[in-house]
Amino acid sequence: MELTRRDAAAALAAVGAGGAVAFGVDRLRGDGSDGPDASGQDPPAEARLRETFVAAAEVLYPSEVSGIGGFVEGFLEGRLGRRDHADGIRAAVGALDDRAVSWYGERFAALAVEDRDRLLREIGADTAEEDPEGTTAERVRYYVVNELLLALYASPTGGELVGLENPQGHPGGTESYRRGPK
Amino acid sequence: MSGSAPNGRRPVSGADVCVVGAGPAGALVADRLAAEHEVVVLDAGPRFDPADRLERQERAIRPAYDRPDVWDGDDERDAHSASGDRFYPLNHARVKGIGGSTLHWQGMVMRLHEDDFASGSERGVGPDWPIDYGEVRPYYAAAERELGVAGSDDNPYAPPREEPYPMPAFAPSYSDGLFADACEALEIDMHSVPNARNSERYDGRSACVGYGTCQPVCPAGAKYDATVHIERAESKGATVIDRAPVQRLEHGVDRVRAAVYATPDGTEYRQTAEAFVVACGGVETPRLLLLSDSEHYPDGLANESGLVGRYFMDHLFAGTGGVLEEPTRQNHVGFLTSESHQFYDDADGEIGPFKLEFFNYGGPSPVETALSADTWGEDLLDRLRQDYGTHVGMGALVEQLPREDSYVGLDPDRTDDHGNPVPDVHWTVGDRALRTIERANEVQEAILSELGAEITWQVGPDDTGPAYHHMGTTRMGTDPEESVVDPRLRTHDLGNCWLVTSGAFPTGGAVNPTLTIAALALRAAKDVRTSL
Ligand SMILES: Cc1cc2nc3c(=O)[nH]c(=O)nc-3n(C[C@H](O)[C@H](O)[C@H](O)COP(=O)(O)OP(=O)(O)OC[C@H]3O[C@@H](n4cnc5c(N)ncnc54)[C@H](O)[C@@H]3O)c2cc1C
Ligand code: SF4
Repeated sequence: MELTRRDAAAALAAVGAGGAVAFGVDRLRGDGSDGPDASGQDPPAEARLRETFVAAAEVLYPSEVSGIGGFVEGFLEGRLGRRDHADGIRAAVGALDDRAVSWYGERFAALAVEDRDRLLREIGADTAEEDPEGTTAERVRYYVVNELLLALYASPTGGELVGLENPQGHPGGTESYRRGPK
Repeated sequence: MSGSAPNGRRPVSGADVCVVGAGPAGALVADRLAAEHEVVVLDAGPRFDPADRLERQERAIRPAYDRPDVWDGDDERDAHSASGDRFYPLNHARVKGIGGSTLHWQGMVMRLHEDDFASGSERGVGPDWPIDYGEVRPYYAAAERELGVAGSDDNPYAPPREEPYPMPAFAPSYSDGLFADACEALEIDMHSVPNARNSERYDGRSACVGYGTCQPVCPAGAKYDATVHIERAESKGATVIDRAPVQRLEHGVDRVRAAVYATPDGTEYRQTAEAFVVACGGVETPRLLLLSDSEHYPDGLANESGLVGRYFMDHLFAGTGGVLEEPTRQNHVGFLTSESHQFYDDADGEIGPFKLEFFNYGGPSPVETALSADTWGEDLLDRLRQDYGTHVGMGALVEQLPREDSYVGLDPDRTDDHGNPVPDVHWTVGDRALRTIERANEVQEAILSELGAEITWQVGPDDTGPAYHHMGTTRMGTDPEESVVDPRLRTHDLGNCWLVTSGAFPTGGAVNPTLTIAALALRAAKDVRTSL
C-alpha cells in the first residue's frame, strides 16, 4: 500500500502541527525533493533527522507499505514546527545515534535494516512505555518509535492496512461507520 | 486569548450577578442574564486555547498521558479523598476550566422519563421530585436548542415531546444493524440516541467530521461544550475570569455578600453582587458551601437542613462484550447511535431503571494498541489485524438510590494548593443498584448470545464503576428541613443564592444528566432575573 504526501498531511492534521502543517506541506509540494528549502539552507542536522526517521520507519513499518521516504519527511517537517516537541525529537535522535556509534560503529541511518531493528530492541524501545521525560529507551519510544507508529496508524492508509479507513485521530467523516465490510 | 484575563482578574464593580463555575450550568445562566445585567463568571480552571485541541487529542491517544492530563488536570489543585468502600476517581470525572466537564464529556443527552420525577409514588422507593415532567418539559426543549441536539422521535419509551429535535439524528452504524437482527429476534426495541453533537452545521459550529476522540476532546467543535455559552455571554457583555477559584462565600444571615477568589499571583479578591449562582458541579458546590461555614452557619452555608453534601449519587456502568466471526467495523467515530430504553420503566423497588447502549467502539483502537505494543513491523501489523475488527460491546447506565451514607464531605487531613480541605467523595452503593446491574448484564448476555458472539468481558456488580455524573448533594425540595434548594434551585436559607447543579436531583434516573442540568439552569435563570 502506497503512502503519499497527502497521507503525511492527513497524519499531521490528526495529531496537530499547528501552523506548520500548511507550511510543511506547501514547502514539500514546492520542491518535492530532499534539496535545500526556500531559505537556501539545508542544515546537516535536519537532514540527519530526516534520514534517521526514514531509516527507523523502514524497521517499524510493515513491508506492505511503500512511499515511506516522502511520507515520513512530510510528517516530520510538520512536527518540527512544534518547538518543544522538535527539541525532544532532536535529543532522542541524538541519543539513538550515540548508541549506534558506540555499539555498532556507525550512526543509526547507516546501519543495515536488521542492525537498526536489533539496536532499537537493545536500547529497550520495544518494551519501554513511552515517556517524553524518561530514560533513553522511553524517550526513543516516545519521540521516534511511537511518533512514527502514530503517523502511520492514525492515517487513512495505515488504518486501511488493519481494515479501518477512518482511524481514531483522522477526521474521515460520518459515512464510513455506517458502511459494511468491503 | 489563552492566559489573558480582563483587568488583571480584578473584580467588576456594580455586578448584578456573580456566577461561580463555567461549565454548562453556569454558562447557560450567564448567557441568559448577560444582555440585561452586569454578569461576572469566575472559574477555578484556565481558559483553553481552541488551537491546542489537536495536541490534546494526541494526548488522548498516546499512552504517556492519563485522562486528566488531556485538560491539564493538576494534582495539587484537584487533590481529593475517597473514604467510602468504593474508590471514587474524581479527577477522571470532571474538568476544571472554561467549558467545565463538557470539554471531556461524551455528549449523550436525553430527558428523564416521567416516572423519574416520581420515584416514590411510581416505583415505591426514594423521594419524588417537587416538580414533574410537565414543568420541565418546555425547558428541555429550550435546552435542546441551546446545546444543539441531533435526535429522532423514534424512542417509544421516551417521554412525550412537543417539537422535533433541532437536528436530524445520526444514522445507525453498521454494527447497530447487526444488533438489530438479534434484538428483533428477542423483541427488544432499538432506537436512536440524542447527541449534543452536530449532525449538520449548527449555530456556527462545524458538523461532525469523524475524528473519533469525542471523549475526551473534539477538535472540530462539533460536540457541544460550554465554551459556546461562555463566549456568547461575553459577547453580550459578561466578564469571565479564569484561574479564579472561589475560596469561600462571605455572607450575612440571609444573603451572600461576596465571592472571595484567589488569582494565580496569590492575590485574593472579593466579588460582590446582588445575586450569586454557584454552578461548580455536584462535588465542588457542596464543598464550597462547607468551606463557607460561619458562626451563623456552623455546619456550612445554606446547610440548616444538614443535607449539604448528603445523598451523593452517580450512575453505575454495566457492560458486556465479545467477538463475532465477522467484521463489525468499530472505532470509526467516538459516539453512540443506538440505545434501548425498553426496560427502563419496568423499574420498581427491587430493580431500578436502566438503559442499554450499543457501542460503536467495542474492542481496541488499532492506533492505541500500536503505541503500547512490544513489537513493530510485520509482527505488529499481524497483531493489529488479529485484535481489531470483530469486537462488539454493550453498555448500560443504572440508577442508584440516594442514601445518607453516600456523601461529599471535607477531608480535614488533606488540603489543596490554597490550603483548603479537599472534597471527600464517600461513595456507597445499595443492593437495588447492584441487582439492576445483574439484570442489565443478563439482557446484554441474551443479546450477545443471540448475535452469536463469544463473550470476552463483562463489567458486573463487583467491578462496576461510576459514569461521572455527580448528583444529589444539594437536594431540591419544598421543605427546608428536607432539602437544600427550592424547586427553582434557590437556597432555602439565603435569598440571593442559587445552586445550579445536578446536586439538586432528588433521584438520578438512568439517563445522562446534563440535558436536565441545562433545563433546570434555564429555569433558575428566569428566577434570578425576576429577583433582580
Ligand atoms: C468522561 C465524561 C463523560 C461524560 N459524558 C456525559 C454524557 O454523555 N452526557 C451527559 O449528560 N453528561 C456527561 N458527563 C457529565 C457532564 O460533563 C456533567 O454533567 C456536566 O458537565 C455538569 O455541568 P456543570 O456545569 O454542573 O459542572 P462542570 O461542567 O463540572 O463545571 C463546573 C465548573 O466549576 C468550576 N469550579 C469548581 N469549583 C470552583 C470554585 N471553587 N471556584 C470557581 N470555579 C469552580 C470548575 O472549574 C468547572 O469548570 C460526562 C462527564 C465526564 C467526565
Ligand atoms: S467524531 Fe467526535 S470528536 Fe470527531 S468531530 Fe465528531 S464529535 Fe468531534
